[in-house]
Amino acid sequence: MSLLEVKKVSRFFGGITAVKDVSFEITKGEILGLIGPNGAGKTTVFNVVNGFYPPSRGEVFFKGERISGLKPHQICQRGLARTFQVVKPLQRMSVLDNVVASAFLRAKDRKEADTIAADVLNFTALYDDRNVISKGLPLGKRKRLEIARALATQPDLLLLDESFAGLNPSELDESIQIIRNIKKRGITIMIIEHHMKVIMSISDRIVVLNYGEKIAEGSPLEIGKNPLVVEAYLGEAQSA
Amino acid sequence: MKRYITYIVLGLLALLPLLGLNSYLMHILILVIMWSVIGMAWNLLSGYCGQVSFGHAAFFGVGAYTAGMLYSKLGISGWWGFPASVFVVAVFALGIGYICLRLRGPYFALATLSMGVIFRIVAENLVGVTGGDLGIMIRERTWIDKTWYFYIILIVAAATYYLVRKVIESKLGYYFVAIREDQDAAESLGINTTKYKTIALILSAVITGFAGVFYTNYMGYIDPKVVFALHDISIITIMVVMVGGVATYWGPVVGAIIMVLLAEAIRSIPKLGTAHHTLFGVLLIVIIIFLPNGIVGDFSKLKRLFGMRRPAP
Repeated sequence: MSLLEVKKVSRFFGGITAVKDVSFEITKGEILGLIGPNGAGKTTVFNVVNGFYPPSRGEVFFKGERISGLKPHQICQRGLARTFQVVKPLQRMSVLDNVVASAFLRAKDRKEADTIAADVLNFTALYDDRNVISKGLPLGKRKRLEIARALATQPDLLLLDESFAGLNPSELDESIQIIRNIKKRGITIMIIEHHMKVIMSISDRIVVLNYGEKIAEGSPLEIGKNPLVVEAYLGEAQSA
Repeated sequence: MKRYITYIVLGLLALLPLLGLNSYLMHILILVIMWSVIGMAWNLLSGYCGQVSFGHAAFFGVGAYTAGMLYSKLGISGWWGFPASVFVVAVFALGIGYICLRLRGPYFALATLSMGVIFRIVAENLVGVTGGDLGIMIRERTWIDKTWYFYIILIVAAATYYLVRKVIESKLGYYFVAIREDQDAAESLGINTTKYKTIALILSAVITGFAGVFYTNYMGYIDPKVVFALHDISIITIMVVMVGGVATYWGPVVGAIIMVLLAEAIRSIPKLGTAHHTLFGVLLIVIIIFLPNGIVGDFSKLKRLFGMRRPAP
C-alpha cells in the first residue's frame, strides 16, 4: 500500500509554473530519490507535500488521508517530517534543546522528551555535541541536527532536502550509514539529492523532474540508462 | 545557595517595610516591583517567544480601566479588577492577536505600536464609557499607608516570577523559544505557531493587565494619556527588559530597578529633568551596542570590563 500519494500536483507562482502535473507514490519502507537539474521543482514538491504551499491543482494523500491544504504542523502531527536544504537550526538553543523541542510533539512530559532526544542524538552521533549552541556547529553537524530534529517527531515518512550537500567524504559516509539505519527502523524516506553516487547507491526508486515535470521514474539502474535523464543533465546532443 | 536565591530575595523584600522606610522610598520600591511585573510579562511574549510588542500600554491600560470602571460604573471596589481583568484583558488580547499575530518581525511590532495608540484615542473619545480625558478618580483610597500596597504588588510579582519560570521550563517554553528562533522550522516540527503565539500573548497581556489594575488602586487616578501612554508605558516596558536582559529570569527585575531609579534621578536634575526621554534613548543605544543581552545576559562581559573576573581554573 502506498504511504504517500501525490496526484497530478501543480504549483504556480504568478505566471511561473514551478511544478506541473506531477504524480508519484511512495511505498512503505522504501527510499525514494527525487532528482533533477537546478530549478526543476524538487524543493517545491517538498514544500507542497509538507504543507508550506497548498498545491495550485491536484491533491496529496498521506496514509489514505487527504493532506493537501493542511498546515505544516498538522501534517507533521500525522507523521510526516522534513529537513531544510538551507538548514534552519534553532540558533540560540543547544543541540539537545533543539531536539527536545521537537520531541515534545509526542512526549507527554519533560522526562519522556529527554529520553526521545537522547536516543535520537545517539542515533545520529550528535550526543557528544549536545551542549553546543547550535549556531556554532559546523555545517556537516548542522545538517545532521536537521535530521535528528525531524526524527525526534517520530515520523513515518521523512523528507530529506539535500542533507548531503557540502559534506566532506567522511561525513558523507557517516550520513549514508545514518540514512540506512533510519530505513532499518522502518521509516520511509524521500530524499532530494544532487550527489549522484549517493542517490544511486541508497535509493530503491528514483523520480526525475525537469522544468517542473516528471520525465522518468524507475530503479537507479533504469534511470542511469534513460536517455531523457541523460539529456536533462548533460544537454541535448549537438546536431551537426 | 543559588537555588535559594529567589526565596532569600523574596524574604528580604517582605521584611523591608518593617524598617520603617519613609513614604517616598516605599513609593519607589512599589514602582520598581510593578515595573518588574510588566517587564516579566513583556519578556514572556517578546523575549522568549520573539514577538516584539510596542503596545503593551494597551494591556496595561485595559487592566487599569477595568479596575477604574468597576469603581466608577458599578460602585464596587477597584480591587475586583484583579479577577475581572483576567477575562477582559484576555478578550482584548485575543482580538489584538487575531489581527497582529499574522504579521512577523517588524510588522508585528508596528501593528502593536498602532494598537496602543488606537486604544488611547478610543479611551479619550468614548467619554460616556471611560470618562474621556477627565479620567477616573478613586475617591476612597483603601489604605493611607503604603505597606499593604507594597505587599500586594510583591505577591503579584512573586506569582508572576513563579509562573514565568514554570512556563519557560515546560513544553510551552521550548515551543516559545523555537518560534522565536525560526518560525518556519517550528511549524515544520509540528508546532502550531499561531496557537502558541496566542498563548504567549494572552499570558503576557493578562499579567500586564494585573499591573494596570494595581496601578489604578494604588495611584487612585487614571486617565488615557497616562495609562495608554506610548512613551511612558510601552517604550519603558521595552527599556526595562532591554537594559536588564532579554529572555532572562532576573533581567526585568534588574532593569526595573535601574530604570525607576534613573527616571527619579534624572527628573530631579534642574532643567535637564524634562529631557529624561532623550537620555533614555541614549542609554538604549549604548545598551544595544555594548550589552546586547542586557545587564543580566552579559554579566560575564561586565565583570571582565571591571576586572572582576578571576582567571579560569
